[in-house]
Amino acid sequence: MNAVTAPLRSVRERFRALPRPVKYLFIVAVVVIIYLLPIINPPLITTQDSDFASVLFSCAMYSLVAIGLNIVIGYAGLLDLGYVGFFAVGAFSVGVLGSAHAKLPLIICVPAAIVVTMISGVLLGAPTLRVRGDYLAIVTLGFGEIIRLVLVNTSWLGGPRGISNIPAPPSLHLFDVPHMSWEGFTAYLDLTTTTKFLVFSVTDAVPYYWLAVTIVLIVLFLDWLMQNSRVGRSWEATREDEDAAELMGVPTFRFKLLAFATGAAIGGLSGALFATKQVFINPDNFTIIYSVLFVAMVVVGGQGNRWGVVTAAVLLIWLPEKFRFLSDARFLLFGMALMALAIFRPQGLLPPRRRLRAQRSAEREGVNAEEDPGHIEREVADV
Amino acid sequence: MSEEQTMSQRPEGLSETPDTSVDISVEEVAHLPEGKMLEVDDVTLRFGGVKALDGVSFHINTGEILGLIGPNGAGKTTCFNVMTGVYQPTSGDVRFLGEPLGRQKRFKITKLGIARTFQNIRLFHNMTALENVLVGADAHHSTGIVSALLRLPKHRREEAEGLDRAHELLKFMGLERRADELARNLPYGDQRRLEIARALATNPKLLCLDEPAAGFNPAEKVKLMELIQSIREQGYTVLLIEHDMRLVMGVTDRIVVLEFGKKIAEGLPAEIRDNPAVIAAYLGVDENAS
Amino acid sequence: MNLLIHHFWELTITGLTIGAIYALVALGYTLVYGVLRLINFAHSEVFMYGSFAAVWVLMALNAAGATGLGLVGFLLLGGIAAMAASALVAFILELVAYRPLRKRNSPPLIALISAIGASFVLSEAMGLRDKPFAWLGLDAKLADYVGRPRENTPLPALLHSQKLFNFFGYNVTNVDVIILVSAIIMMVVLDQFVRRSRLGRGIRAVAMDAESAALMGVNHNRVIRLTFVIGGIMAGGAAMLYLLKIGVTRYNAGFILGIKAFTAAVLGGIGNLRGALLGGFVLGVAENYGSALVGSQWKDVVAFVLLIVILLFRPTGLLGESLGKARA
Repeated sequence: MNAVTAPLRSVRERFRALPRPVKYLFIVAVVVIIYLLPIINPPLITTQDSDFASVLFSCAMYSLVAIGLNIVIGYAGLLDLGYVGFFAVGAFSVGVLGSAHAKLPLIICVPAAIVVTMISGVLLGAPTLRVRGDYLAIVTLGFGEIIRLVLVNTSWLGGPRGISNIPAPPSLHLFDVPHMSWEGFTAYLDLTTTTKFLVFSVTDAVPYYWLAVTIVLIVLFLDWLMQNSRVGRSWEATREDEDAAELMGVPTFRFKLLAFATGAAIGGLSGALFATKQVFINPDNFTIIYSVLFVAMVVVGGQGNRWGVVTAAVLLIWLPEKFRFLSDARFLLFGMALMALAIFRPQGLLPPRRRLRAQRSAEREGVNAEEDPGHIEREVADV
Repeated sequence: MSEEQTMSQRPEGLSETPDTSVDISVEEVAHLPEGKMLEVDDVTLRFGGVKALDGVSFHINTGEILGLIGPNGAGKTTCFNVMTGVYQPTSGDVRFLGEPLGRQKRFKITKLGIARTFQNIRLFHNMTALENVLVGADAHHSTGIVSALLRLPKHRREEAEGLDRAHELLKFMGLERRADELARNLPYGDQRRLEIARALATNPKLLCLDEPAAGFNPAEKVKLMELIQSIREQGYTVLLIEHDMRLVMGVTDRIVVLEFGKKIAEGLPAEIRDNPAVIAAYLGVDENAS
Repeated sequence: MNLLIHHFWELTITGLTIGAIYALVALGYTLVYGVLRLINFAHSEVFMYGSFAAVWVLMALNAAGATGLGLVGFLLLGGIAAMAASALVAFILELVAYRPLRKRNSPPLIALISAIGASFVLSEAMGLRDKPFAWLGLDAKLADYVGRPRENTPLPALLHSQKLFNFFGYNVTNVDVIILVSAIIMMVVLDQFVRRSRLGRGIRAVAMDAESAALMGVNHNRVIRLTFVIGGIMAGGAAMLYLLKIGVTRYNAGFILGIKAFTAAVLGGIGNLRGALLGGFVLGVAENYGSALVGSQWKDVVAFVLLIVILLFRPTGLLGESLGKARA
């Protein structure tokens, strides 16, 4: 039915048909390749003008952001335009606890940052989640901006200069990993450029990338556990029709707040990751334009599909780095892409799997959603 | 292709016949004491200057099918909304199993045991039929984020119980084959029945159906009424709003008639049929003239 | 506190002037929201293009230093140029970014994404305006217009702020008076237009119930186009007044102003024309009082906190959503 989904679908079906051990082996291989990407430096994918490992780290970190925001927008249907605020709270919590006002190790700072952002999510959500739809969008936008302005104007938080010397994760030097270099399509082992396993330093982003990928994989798993449970169902029901959900026994407000807090916690975790990698953070890292970028990741990827939003996050970060000559025009192209997407593929690159399955059965049965009378009748709601 | 087209043109497209032999009864519902289950006591509801309900009183007995009828705009759906907590009555009381509903939250009223369907279908359109029913079943579950993340026994038990219940209900309503389809892709008739299945999944002591046969042709209406009767036979109490008086006569035990927000009659179907006020209300005749 | 008491009238009047600008831009948000239930996220860029049009036209006409009747003429010309440019941009915006979505019946979130995309495209195009001219080799010649595209572009020195009269200790300037008077004229004209003209009735009908309006023979698409154009004209007027007050514009000048204007629209009750006006003035004045109380660096925080507080206590804004129906 569509040039993009058709090949994807056949790949998925072929993959499903494989015997179990082969499937697992395949998954393990993919994960290993993902981990080894900055070591392999594959030609065509690697970035010439900026450190490839740092770009990969950004991809992983923004994937985490997208997964978190996907819970809020994709699952629970709450349009949050101030998500960067939670990202900032996470980063500055680490900054305050690890550098500015205490010298706690990162192992303690990060969980603390998650708790702080979660609490801030509840504090912001409790009053605002009662307003609906578009109002929520503008209120969250306002909150995101308030958080940034508080950062700029509070000298305790470093003011406009921000916080520096944010601690790195604990290091442990076990062995060295040589990188690969390429001449054309021939690979060489580069023994002079090595990554110390596992030393986090400003000069080598590879260990940070490994850390970020590990966190992304764990969070993806947790996300799956949540979605496939009463919690995930309640979120979706609330998104679909809040009144009907409430009348079917879903405590919608409680679940919206839960989505907000969970999303915030993941946003805070990504902020913490950002802070430790950057070493130095200031309020300019957290302007509204990032919130918009985050929302774009979720929508481009396909709201509600965790793989979709991860793909979108990776693409939106990697493309401008790869094609640096476009970097001047990156936001222009980005805007055009959003418009084109909205017009030609509103469901996102990868719409939720369930929807695909249903589309297929709909095609088989020849049932057309648009001709469905129930669909039209819904417009005149009575409650 | 041509075959597919004929399928899509099936007007109400009942995909399979309901299997009313499936046991969908629930312990907590089946053994309720005899007597008044729900009492609407002198309820008045004002919107600004308009009295949408004016001193309405009636009750529903455990195990019966009560019909709530009246011409368009008589206040039937409003009455429903008061009973399910969507509106708060301006004065008067609604008592469920002897307890006033007061200012209970809407989802709590559902948990107490009142479930409803909607006059305009309000399914979760982008969820599958099965998931729609599961959401209903979740009303009596309590898995939270911790149980879900740790896959505690509670999560497993409740998921299994919910799935069993959902499949049971889908089979009963004749929707089993549609379980994995998105609600919005279901034919109209199936959507209506899915709403009933979803409401039943909450284990309601009282099932409120708001014009469940709206948009059906006469033959389908009769079939649906038979289905509602078999729901009652499994121990549920049903409140049925229906516009079509003849239809209601056949299935209900008692009937309450509303007009302009007031109760104008209450009684057995036979009594209602011969009640001059009701006839006048339906035919639009001046009461004094008749 | 002292600051607030001593400068009360100054804060009030300058607050009203910036509030008038918010209100004019807010009208665009509210009109579009009224008929389409859509946050026209790109409206801020409509405003920004108007401001550039005014600057360029006045530059090209060598307007700096004009006096007397010439000055009045140039001000009017600048305003007309801004309105024309903004209206044109709004028109194109509707055509390219929204109409295709309406045809496909896209959900509101998708329209918002398209709006965000359009906003990026418009502001970045302005930020990269030197590029195409550089390819054509015209950049040196047109340096005043397209050079340093990411920096502030000033309005030619035209109107010097002069004390006109003393109002409770504040010297009201000619700029204050021009802004307030022209803004009020525009608002009255718009209000009368929407209330009395046939097209205005069409707008209200579509806002109330698009389907019934269509059945009654109102041309839905034409009304929507008109709504965008009117919003554009108001934004253009606001852009000219903004230039008089602030003196410069830049490729992202619309962003914060757009958010403030949208806040004003929500504050008054989005979809409600008079609400947008009230919201604009309230926001402008409250911002000024707030910054006098807690420091001007908290000005934007004051604005957003005000919005949130009002929405919590009056979820549909000060005057409610009256242009259309209240949503369920």
